Amino acid sequence: MSTLAEPVPQVQAPAEAADEAQLTYRDAINAALDDEMSGDPAVLLIGEDIASDGGVFKTNAGLIEKYGPGRILNTPICENGFTGVALGMALMGMRPVVEFMFSDFLPTAGDQIVNQLPKYRFMSGGQCAVPVTIRSISGGTGRFGTQHSATGESWFMALPGLRVVTASSPGSAYALLRAAIRDNNPVLFHEHKGLYGRKGPVRRGSIAEVGKAETVRGGKDVTIVATLLMVERALKAADALVEDGIEAEVIDLRWVRPMDVSTVRASVERTGRLLVAEEQVHHGGWGASLISELTMGGVGWSAPPAAVSLPYDQPVPYSPPLEDALIPGADRIAEVARSVARH
Amino acid sequence: MTDRPDHIPWFRKMLEIRLFEEKVQELFMAGLIEGTTHLCQGQEAVPVGAVAAMHADDVLTNTYRGHGEALARGMDAEAAFAELMGRSSGCCGGVGGSMHLTDFSKGNVGANAIVGAGLPIALGCAMAFKLREEPRVALTFFGDGATNIGTFHESLNMAAVWKAPIVFVITNNLYGEYSPLRSTTPIEDLARRADPFGIPGVVVDGQDVDIVYDNTLSAIERARSGGGATLLEMKTYRYRGHSRADPAKYRPDGELEAWKARDPIDILGGRLASEGQLSAEEQQNLRKEVSAEIDAAADRAAAAPPPTFEEIQSYVYAG
Repeated sequence: MSTLAEPVPQVQAPAEAADEAQLTYRDAINAALDDEMSGDPAVLLIGEDIASDGGVFKTNAGLIEKYGPGRILNTPICENGFTGVALGMALMGMRPVVEFMFSDFLPTAGDQIVNQLPKYRFMSGGQCAVPVTIRSISGGTGRFGTQHSATGESWFMALPGLRVVTASSPGSAYALLRAAIRDNNPVLFHEHKGLYGRKGPVRRGSIAEVGKAETVRGGKDVTIVATLLMVERALKAADALVEDGIEAEVIDLRWVRPMDVSTVRASVERTGRLLVAEEQVHHGGWGASLISELTMGGVGWSAPPAAVSLPYDQPVPYSPPLEDALIPGADRIAEVARSVARH
Repeated sequence: MTDRPDHIPWFRKMLEIRLFEEKVQELFMAGLIEGTTHLCQGQEAVPVGAVAAMHADDVLTNTYRGHGEALARGMDAEAAFAELMGRSSGCCGGVGGSMHLTDFSKGNVGANAIVGAGLPIALGCAMAFKLREEPRVALTFFGDGATNIGTFHESLNMAAVWKAPIVFVITNNLYGEYSPLRSTTPIEDLARRADPFGIPGVVVDGQDVDIVYDNTLSAIERARSGGGATLLEMKTYRYRGHSRADPAKYRPDGELEAWKARDPIDILGGRLASEGQLSAEEQQNLRKEVSAEIDAAADRAAAAPPPTFEEIQSYVYAG
């Protein structure tokens, strides 16, 4: 039995008609918040500087005007405190969406994220639900330096009771955020600040399935699994690989926990080859866990699995050329994919 | 002292808490309770007096030293014993144990084993009430040691800024785990820690259940009527060490005896006797009655099975 495969609730198809629009990643987040807030008065936003001028990254534009300060609770700078406030609100029937301005700040709320949110229902013997979503603004490429650039996507993946999800595109950001807010469990939702300006199709009304990965490009020669910004770069690498006669399948893992090992397994059983593309060090991350799960379950590898991750054992530096060199690019993903495919 | 609720149930409840914890010691020696326990013997006036001032739909969070508040809010002693023994009939299905006596049906929305963690959670409850314009109040009980942790200051600050309907209750028993308060904290009266946040801070004699009740009621009424948060400092003492493993040898000679001379049960008992409400003999009889109930509750609890992994799986994720 997979240690990371957890039961997930059945998702009902949304009632509203799905109409597709081209939105930026930023506006897709905004639309998901707006749609959940308009549909459910229990949904409210909590965080630092979220009320004025649409928030630091402008994801909340127009919401304070539409819903008022009672639904957009601007807080002092105290992550552990306001995450606890969100938990208390959830116990009383609210569905708070907490904004963390940078994922690097998540550890300041370590107690609430590690000891409270995921354990609260359990240690009460199932007496309560904890529908708290933490929106965490993640990732590098922004020249924000060492303490504002982590993805943090794997920091909290070892916690039963917590779901961890990553958004790689406008469409997935919208559907995943709506799923996160609707879930009756704490969800840590990572969005990548380097993607806010990207435009893409968003199916308004779509709600993603909890724990389900998305195959974003089909291929038969090598499976590339990625999250966040790495999905876009893996797709670009897959384009380049066509010239080498290599057909790469690209899977957006989406959920780090619960992890959709079976979708990846089905792909790897066809390709026999796996590459994980991560904007983090490989050690102790989702890529390592994924390879472990697949290997323990028995896979007929045609080549040893590989990882493209931060190549040096160091935090993200400010210096722009160094930041660019550290975070995996499409070229490096393609290069490693080639060697895996030709093994 | 005229409009006061009937005192005899308070007296009975304090006895119940005292004898419940006596029994906990006994069950520990017998191997029926394992791990650790944190007893509140000597502090009983605080949970009984403060909880008596709450409405049924008010909520509280408290700590690992939480047997007192749980019983004061009406948790059945059998459910509490079963929880301490890790049985499926415990208030948390046996997965919580002594440090997590939680009962949402009684408004006990979380006994926390992390110092200071319950304060922002109670504040979140209070803010839900405020945003929904419900006339409800949240109380949060915590120790003197918690006034040195970040969430204490974060929570008082937010509560003051938002004028939240919350009462912060410090049970100051003079020791943060094994360390005397004076060795960790530069001031003696912790109620002064309300001052920088511009909310009232009140020093309360935590040995006298009447005084605890009066002060808590004022703070709750203030919160309920939109006046915002209050910090109450209940001066009290724990007769036992921090936890099961602690013989409390760090206490100066005579300190325990001095506090026992102001035992909260004796103070109320003396008052009830002098007012002719409950004679010394009647009090002895009541003690015997409560003791027999406690023994019977423990016996029933011990007869229940432990939970199964199948049972507790549904406690991890909500559907």
